[in-house]
Amino acid sequence: MSVFLFKRLFTFLATLAVASLLVFSVLELLPGNVAQVMLGETATPEALAALEKKLGLDQPAPARYGHWVGGLLRGHTANSFSYDTPTAELITERLRVTVPLAALAMGLTTVLALLLGIYAASRHNQVGDVGVMALSQVGIAIPSFWFAILLILLFAVKLQWVSAGGFPGWTEDEGGGAWAGLKSLLLPAIALALVQAAILARVTRSAVLEVMREDFVRTARAKGLTRRQTLWRHVLRNAMIPVLTIMGLQFANLITGTIVVENVFVLPGIGRLVFQAIANRDLVVVRDVVMLLVAVVVVVNFVVDVLYALVDPRLKASDA
Amino acid sequence: MSPAAGFAGRARRHPSFVAGAVLSALLVLAALLSLVWAPYPPAEIDIPNKLAAPSAAHWLGTDSLGRDIASQLLVGAQNSIVVGVIAVGIGLALGVLLGCLAAARRGWVEEAVMRASDFTFAFPALLSAIMLGAIYGPGLLTGILAIGIFNIPVFARITRGAANAVWAREYVLASRAAGFGPWRITLDHVLPNIASVLIVQATISFATAILAEAALSYLGLGTQPPQPSWGRMLNEAQTMLFQAPLLAVYPGVAIALSVLGLNLMGDGLRDLLDPRLARRR
Repeated sequence: MSVFLFKRLFTFLATLAVASLLVFSVLELLPGNVAQVMLGETATPEALAALEKKLGLDQPAPARYGHWVGGLLRGHTANSFSYDTPTAELITERLRVTVPLAALAMGLTTVLALLLGIYAASRHNQVGDVGVMALSQVGIAIPSFWFAILLILLFAVKLQWVSAGGFPGWTEDEGGGAWAGLKSLLLPAIALALVQAAILARVTRSAVLEVMREDFVRTARAKGLTRRQTLWRHVLRNAMIPVLTIMGLQFANLITGTIVVENVFVLPGIGRLVFQAIANRDLVVVRDVVMLLVAVVVVVNFVVDVLYALVDPRLKASDA
Repeated sequence: MSPAAGFAGRARRHPSFVAGAVLSALLVLAALLSLVWAPYPPAEIDIPNKLAAPSAAHWLGTDSLGRDIASQLLVGAQNSIVVGVIAVGIGLALGVLLGCLAAARRGWVEEAVMRASDFTFAFPALLSAIMLGAIYGPGLLTGILAIGIFNIPVFARITRGAANAVWAREYVLASRAAGFGPWRITLDHVLPNIASVLIVQATISFATAILAEAALSYLGLGTQPPQPSWGRMLNEAQTMLFQAPLLAVYPGVAIALSVLGLNLMGDGLRDLLDPRLARRR
């Protein structure tokens, strides 16, 4: 087990290190001068020189990289060009919207997908199964941002139950509150969950059907367990292995989906922040947000790898 | 009966393949038709006729600048096809090369290719497009590159897995015993035997590329005006939701039907090319 963990940990750290190098290189070394890109072609030489000094461009690239990574690890990040605030502060503030949104979407996805997948598998080749599979096929084809617009059209424009976008804040001082905040995240989370749940429901169904064909399931039934008992005690635990893997892979889609859906609902999260940063040519913010999102994807993949091994001991044995 | 005739016969009896093929053919036909004809020039502004309802003159109405929606949808299909073909082409060309290399060489080469694939997965297409867009400015090329780069590890992994299975077969062992080198074996035996897997993946990746391009264009990172794109049409329609809600429906339907068609065709091809898998589903 320790050999397995060590190998995965090494790969995880190496991936993070290479990713940070790539993000740094793309946004700092290409093409030419980052200060010129941020200020545009019309910038005066004085403004350019001032920004170059502020960004530390007078230092060699390896020193700048070390300074950047060291700052990220200690939480001391550079100031945003357009907000004149440390990016860590900006990001932390925006995460108060993005993290609950992603968590809500993931929760909805998991519940919906497991229910639909298990239901379809338990009615294999019957009307319920065909219906769920047809629905999931349509769900996969619908872009989450279009579904988000359709939700706005129905619930904000036609029924006028909710506002078409925006976020009131989590506290009453900000003009919102816990319920108001949650309510404004509900439609975006549903929009995100639909596509993810459609994919995961298909995987769950296939995984459950696959395990149901195994000999140990037949043995469990032969020793007198009911179909339901067999499903909950034996089938689901084993079927969770591929489901868990796909959930890990889906997390990257969820992150990018969150960026898009935040823009549809004008939510002040990470997605809005990075697009405002692109519009303002604030490469410091773009760099730090991209690095954070890449790190999240890598960390989730690492956690899934470890969980995968815990659920399936054969993997540990073959790897050790 | 020849294998091709047998395949065609089975394909005609496969409902989801037929439905997918019809929808995909409509997408291609729309793109081809728009090369030679569209009801109106898609970028032609006609303010007196803005937000016109569907009529004989404008089949699907006009947008807030009086541009014909049907014409924009037709020409927008070109974008989807171009992005799909190039982004999948990049993934196929480089991914298959790397996957075949990994399977033929094994050892550290295989390990390096797989770790590089893992690494690339950490950069979803949208994040790459954000980085490239921030530096080089948004545009169709940025979008295509970002989607194409993400496709490389997808094809590399699938190729390597399928190629490893072929390398374990007896006829490959016989070829090696006869003195053929790894590249000759890859060309003669591996590629023909993994072609079906790659065709299925290419179809599904094409659908994913259409979705990704639409999302990037919606966010302003993909196709730029005046070139019409379904994603950007949705972005513009969102500002008119209260006045003209249907504007937000047409492009979404076009995207969803195209993706649905390609996915159904991919699923159908998988069943038809690998009947053992079909029986298990």
